Amino acid sequence: MVRFLLGRLWQSLVLLVIVSVIGFFVLNLAPGGPLSQFALTPGMSDAQLARIAHQMGLDRPLPVQYWEWFTRLLQGDWGRSYRDNQPVLTVIWSHLLATLLLMGTSTVISVLIGTWVGVLGALRRYSVFDYAATVGAMVALSIPTFWFGLIAIYLFSLRLGWLPAGNMYTIGDGSLLDYAVHLIMPSVVLALVNVAVWSRYMRTAVLDVMTQDFIRTAKAKGLTRTAVLTRHILRNALVPMVTLLGLQLPTILGGALVTETVFTWPGMGRLFLDSLGYSDYPVVMGLLMLSAILVLIGNLLADIVVAVIDPRIRLG
Amino acid sequence: MADDQTPSWFRPSRRQVLSLIGASSAGLVVPGLFGRGEAWAAKPAKPTGQVIVGFSQEPTVFNPHLLHIEVDEGIHFSVFDPLFFIDEKGEFQPGLATEVPTIDNGGISEDGLHWKIKLRDGVKWHDGKPFTAEDVKFTLELLVDPNFKSWRRDGHNLVENLTVVSPTELTFDLKTPYAPYSSILAATFIVPKHSFEGVDPNNAPFNNAPIGTGPFKWVERMAGDHITLAANDGYFGDGPYLERLIYKYIPDLTVLYTQFKTGDIDVVGVQWISPDKYQEAKDLPGKVVTVVPMGTVESFTFNMARPQFQDQKVREALYYALDKKTIIDALYYGLPTPTETYMPQQSAYYNADLPKHEYDPEKAKSLLDEAGWKPGSDGIREKDGVRLAFTNSTTAGNHIREQAQQFIQQSFKDIGVDMQISNLPPAVMWGDYWMQSKFDSVVVGIDFLTGADPDVSTYLSPTAIPAKGGGGQNTWEYESAEVGKLLKEGGTSFDTKVRKAAYLKLQEVVRHDLPFLPIFQYAAVRGHKNGIEDVIPNINVRIDTWNVGGWYWDQ
Repeated sequence: MVRFLLGRLWQSLVLLVIVSVIGFFVLNLAPGGPLSQFALTPGMSDAQLARIAHQMGLDRPLPVQYWEWFTRLLQGDWGRSYRDNQPVLTVIWSHLLATLLLMGTSTVISVLIGTWVGVLGALRRYSVFDYAATVGAMVALSIPTFWFGLIAIYLFSLRLGWLPAGNMYTIGDGSLLDYAVHLIMPSVVLALVNVAVWSRYMRTAVLDVMTQDFIRTAKAKGLTRTAVLTRHILRNALVPMVTLLGLQLPTILGGALVTETVFTWPGMGRLFLDSLGYSDYPVVMGLLMLSAILVLIGNLLADIVVAVIDPRIRLG
Repeated sequence: MADDQTPSWFRPSRRQVLSLIGASSAGLVVPGLFGRGEAWAAKPAKPTGQVIVGFSQEPTVFNPHLLHIEVDEGIHFSVFDPLFFIDEKGEFQPGLATEVPTIDNGGISEDGLHWKIKLRDGVKWHDGKPFTAEDVKFTLELLVDPNFKSWRRDGHNLVENLTVVSPTELTFDLKTPYAPYSSILAATFIVPKHSFEGVDPNNAPFNNAPIGTGPFKWVERMAGDHITLAANDGYFGDGPYLERLIYKYIPDLTVLYTQFKTGDIDVVGVQWISPDKYQEAKDLPGKVVTVVPMGTVESFTFNMARPQFQDQKVREALYYALDKKTIIDALYYGLPTPTETYMPQQSAYYNADLPKHEYDPEKAKSLLDEAGWKPGSDGIREKDGVRLAFTNSTTAGNHIREQAQQFIQQSFKDIGVDMQISNLPPAVMWGDYWMQSKFDSVVVGIDFLTGADPDVSTYLSPTAIPAKGGGGQNTWEYESAEVGKLLKEGGTSFDTKVRKAAYLKLQEVVRHDLPFLPIFQYAAVRGHKNGIEDVIPNINVRIDTWNVGGWYWDQ
C-alpha cells in the first residue's frame, strides 16, 4: 500500500508539472492579455499600458515568466489576482464554500435519488416506471441547464413567488433557513441532470450484476429478496459508482459555470469564468492546478475505496 | 470609453463625477427627472433604509487611482470625493474644495499656469483622521508615481511645484496651459496619505478596505457577490439618506433584469436593461424605467491611410449609402438617436447645425461615378487599379452590431462596393489591430470625451496617431492640420467663448472630412424602484451612482 501511494505521488507530481506547463503556455498564447481591456479607457495611452505591463512583468519571455511562477509556487506563493490584487488562495477560498454548499447538496440529492431510480428501474426492467425513468433521463440530459434554470425562476419566483430568484442568501439575513430556501432551486436544477446520469449508470450496473452467477447462487440458497439486493447486488453494483463519485470530486469543487451564473451564486464556476474573461492568469492557473490536484486525489481515493469494498482488488 | 469585453451591445459612456453634494451647493438641488418634483419630497432626517444596486460586472478595484473599469467607479463615487465634481448639467460644483478654481475667482491665473485650491475645513476621513492639503498633494503625486499602476497620468504629468500653503490651501503650476485639467481633477478622487505610509501603494491594505471622505463608508466585500457600504454620519455634504448601500454583482443581463422584476435589486446599474426588454420593462408596476442618452457614439470608422479611403468622394458616397434609420429602428429597437458628430448631444459644446445625413443610394452611385470609380467586370467599382473593396471588423459576439454590419455590407454592395466582414475577439480587436491601425474599417462605439470637457485631442489630433509613433488613439490616421490648430486653440484657452467657437468649428471640419461615419448616439434603458428619489442620470460621468449620497426613499 505504501509503495503504491509513493508511486502514485511521484506520477502525480510529474503530471502536475506537465499540466502547469501546458496550461501556462496555452493561456498566455491566447491573444489579448490582462491589459487589452484598458486600451479604450479614457486618458489611457499606449505608453502607460506598456509601463504597467513592464511592472507586472508581462513583457518578459514566456519561459522566464513560467519559471518565476513555478519557483514561487514551490515556495507556496500562488501569486496575486490581477483583478483585485488579493492572494490567489484567498480568492479561491472565498469562492470555495459557496460552491461546496451548492455542489455538495446537489450531489447528495442526485446520488440518493439517482441510485434509487436506477435500482428500481433495473429490478423492474421494462416496467412503466423503467420506461418513464429512461425517457425522463433523456429529457433531463437534453435540456440545457440555463434554460431549465430560467424556467424554474420564471415559475417559482416570478409567477408563484415561492422561492427567491437567485443569490445565496438575503443580504442582511443569512440565517440557516434563509440559506436553505435559497439553496432549493439551484441545487435541484443542478441535480436534475446528475440524477439522470446517475440513474442510468446505476441501472446498467445493477443489471450487469443481476445476471452474474453468484446472484443465482444466492437466490438458490434461499436468501430473501432484500438480502440478495442489499448484500449482493448493491454491494457489487456500487463499486463502479464509487469510482464515478471519485471522478466527480473535481467537478464538485470546480463549481457549475452555468447554474452559478443563472442563480448568481458566488462560487468557483463564476470565479473561473470571470478570471478567464479578465485574463487573470494567476487565478486561472491557480484554479487549473487545484483542479488537476483534485482529479489526482479523486482518482486515488476512488482506487483506495474500491479496494476496501471490493476484496478482489489488492493495491500494490 | 468604448467597446469591449462585455456581452451587451452597448458600452457605458463616460461621464464623470458628482453633484449635489456640498453644503455650499445646497441651494442648487435639481428636481429629479422622474415623476414629481422629487427634490421637494421629504428627505429623511437620518439615514434610513437600504438600496441594492445591481451591476453586471464585479467591482474589484477600490483604490480609485489603480487601473480599473468603470463599474469600480460606482464604489469610488460612494466612498470618496473629488475636489469638485461635475453635475448633470455639465457644471462644476465644489466638493472637498470650497470653490471651483476659475480665472474669474482667481483660482487660476490669467495665463492658466498657476492654480490655487482652497479646501474645506473640518472634513474627516472615515477613520476619524483629519483631511488636509497634504492628502491632495499625496494623491496628485501618487498618480504620476512611476512605480504605481496608475490609471491616468495624462494631465497630471503637467503638474509641477505642488506646494502645501496651509492645511486648507495648496498651489501648483502647469507646464503648459491645459483647460481640460479641470475636468480631469473632477474625476480625481482624493485618497488619504496616512493609508499609504510605509507600504507599496500597489499592494496597500487600503486597496481592499478603502477609507474615504465620501457619503458612504466601506463595510465589507463578499467576493463574487456583493459589497456593503454604510452611511457616513459625519459627511460634510448633502446626505447620505440611506443607512446601507449594497452593490450586488449579477453577471448575466437576463438575470439582472429578472431580479429587478422580482424586487431583489432596487436599481439596475451597468449594463442596465437590454434594449429588447424595453417594451416590457416600461410598463412594469412599481418601477421607473427610462431611456437615458449616453456619451458613446457608434461610428463606421475608416483607416484613412488605405488607398480606398483617400478620396473624400468615396467617404461621402458611403455615408449616403448608409441607412441609419433602418439600423436604429430594426436592430436597436429605436432607442439610440442618430447623430452627425462625436460630441454627445447633451453637451454644451454640441454643434446642432451640422448638415443632416440623407440616405440616398442613387446619390452615392452618382458621386462615385463622377469621381471616376467605375464598376469593373465583377460589378465592384475601381479607379487607377484600386478596387473599392475592404474588410470591416468589430468585436465578435456583439450580435446586434454583427447584424448591422451585414446590413451595411448589403447597402454597400448595392452601390458597387465590396465589404468583407472579418470580426475578431475583443482581446485581439482592441490590441495592436486597433491601436496600430491594422484594419481597413471598423464599427465601433467610442466616447470621445473626458468627463464633460470637449477636448478630443487623444482621438483626433494629427500627433495622436499610434501607427505613426504618436501617443493617443487617432487610429483612423486622420491627419488634418486644421483639426490640430482648433484642438490647440480649444485646449489652451480657459475662455468658454473661445473654446466653444473652436469646438463647434472642429465638429464642422470632422463632419466634412468624414474620417468616420457617425451613426448614432447610444441610449441605455435604466430602471429603479418607485420611491427611490434623486436617481439622476449624468452624461458627464461613467457610472449611474455618481450622486448616490443624495438618493433617498420617499417616506
